[in-house]
Amino acid sequence: MARIFVFTELSGSELSPVSQEVLTKARQLGDVEAVILDPQAAGATAAAGQFGAQTVYIGADKAYREFVAQPAAAALADLVEQHHPDLILFGATYDARDICARASAKLGLTVVANATDVEAQGGGFAAASSIFGGTQNVLTELSGPSPCVLMRPKSVTAEPASGGPPKVVEVALPESAPRGARRLDSVVAPASGPTLEEARVVVSGGRGLQDPANFELLEKLAALLHGAVGASRAVVDAGWVPYARQVGQTGKTVKPDLYLACGISGAMQHTVGMKGAKHIVAINRDRDAPIFKICDLGVVGDALKVLPALIAELESRGVSG
Amino acid sequence: MKIAVLVKQIPDPSGVGKLDPTTHLLVRDQGELVLDPGDSYGIEAALEIAGAGENQVVAISMGPEGAVDVIRKAMAMGAAEGVLISDERLRGSDALATARVLAAAVKKAEPDLLIACTESTDGYTGIVPAAIAELLGWPSLTFAKHLEVTGSKVQIHRQTPEGHDVVEADLPAVVTVTGGINEPRYPTLKGIVASRSRPLEQPSLEDLGIDPATVGAAGSAQKIVKVEPAAQREGGEVIEDDGSGAQRIADYLAELKVI
Repeated sequence: MARIFVFTELSGSELSPVSQEVLTKARQLGDVEAVILDPQAAGATAAAGQFGAQTVYIGADKAYREFVAQPAAAALADLVEQHHPDLILFGATYDARDICARASAKLGLTVVANATDVEAQGGGFAAASSIFGGTQNVLTELSGPSPCVLMRPKSVTAEPASGGPPKVVEVALPESAPRGARRLDSVVAPASGPTLEEARVVVSGGRGLQDPANFELLEKLAALLHGAVGASRAVVDAGWVPYARQVGQTGKTVKPDLYLACGISGAMQHTVGMKGAKHIVAINRDRDAPIFKICDLGVVGDALKVLPALIAELESRGVSG
Repeated sequence: MKIAVLVKQIPDPSGVGKLDPTTHLLVRDQGELVLDPGDSYGIEAALEIAGAGENQVVAISMGPEGAVDVIRKAMAMGAAEGVLISDERLRGSDALATARVLAAAVKKAEPDLLIACTESTDGYTGIVPAAIAELLGWPSLTFAKHLEVTGSKVQIHRQTPEGHDVVEADLPAVVTVTGGINEPRYPTLKGIVASRSRPLEQPSLEDLGIDPATVGAAGSAQKIVKVEPAAQREGGEVIEDDGSGAQRIADYLAELKVI
């Protein structure tokens, strides 16, 4: 059996949703060994076992939280050198991307980012990904020692396995590991409602909203629908909303039950991040906007008129959020 | 202080990219080639830190000969010099091979700070900057939505799922910036004229001490083996808003049991 390392992350003290997805994928490919480098690692070993890890390497040094990427990359690289896994899987998160980049550069491992699937191929592995705004799918064959694959969140449905408790192996942070960039503070932006990735309804805005202040309309609508607010790259680049809100190729993939695109033209770089939604509703002034080619219901009109009317209509029907 | 910024020439992202059906390499001769829009934020960030003093900004790129255009654009915005690494043997480089080449060029330029965008708009792996940092033994401060340099330290606000972390490191360091971190300036006519006479270096792989076996397709342990068109979603009903659009959407939401 192939040995598959899964770089496993926590959100808070729980196994993160994307790590559950990646562990699920990994057990289709071989024997799964999870690596958890986090001060709270010990609390997550059982959950990693439930998702298929037979062995869990844990490191609980507080340096993994205090410093960005470098200590974790050094510890991961040490483990890879000791165990020579056939494949290393990561969820494509802010931290994992940096840790993967640094560990791969340290050891000379190839990396495929943005994978949506991984399959066994010719004694090794191949990663599927989507390019050019999701218009084409490519399959990339991996070679060389311990190739690394970063999987986009929501590519796989997480399913627990029936395995028993995993073997837990504690690993020490290499003393020589450079610490690098230090986290001085964590600022949590005030937020209500579900996250963009978890939300069953996503209400997104683009240039057609004309002014950042008009995002308040989206906030209000999202609150009524128990949804989250997303954005196109154009308005993120314009500084209206932070990068964390960006849906698309360079940004997040969302798969809600309903995606409401407001004043978004629907460039491929955006639609690749949302075309997996069950239902899509679009409001745009331009009848020829590409978003109308992929939506289930399109309204050709000014989002700044339709949105307030929609909010009023929902309220009149007794929807109160 | 010297600040290096990475720039990349990419096919116009508003068009549809294409891979060569046999080589599986990017077809570069169709459509307009432009400066990656993400890079303009990196250039602006470098110029803002450099200010008006004796600080200098050097724009570094790896790509075909034609990529000199994006270096000239960075110069027209204000970069003082440029470095282009262009070599047939670099074709087919993966992220790690690319990082090897760029790290060698950065090392030679000896900047105090390297700035790049978070991910390129075409390849969007987001791996190269942190890999360069590892190869140079520098800290990496990524996903910056705010950036400042004070003395020998760099501090950023690093995007997180919930907000941001304040992250600090000693220089030299690598920083990646997100879109919207600043408002990139437009090149002025004076800048465009001046850019034509600014120094451009074109080191060979040998000048950079790079073993050709570690770059290009030869140095990349991955190969595209299949390309196929993705399934496209079908469109549905589209109506003109005659004042009843909101009602129609509300009806649809009720149909879906969202409300």
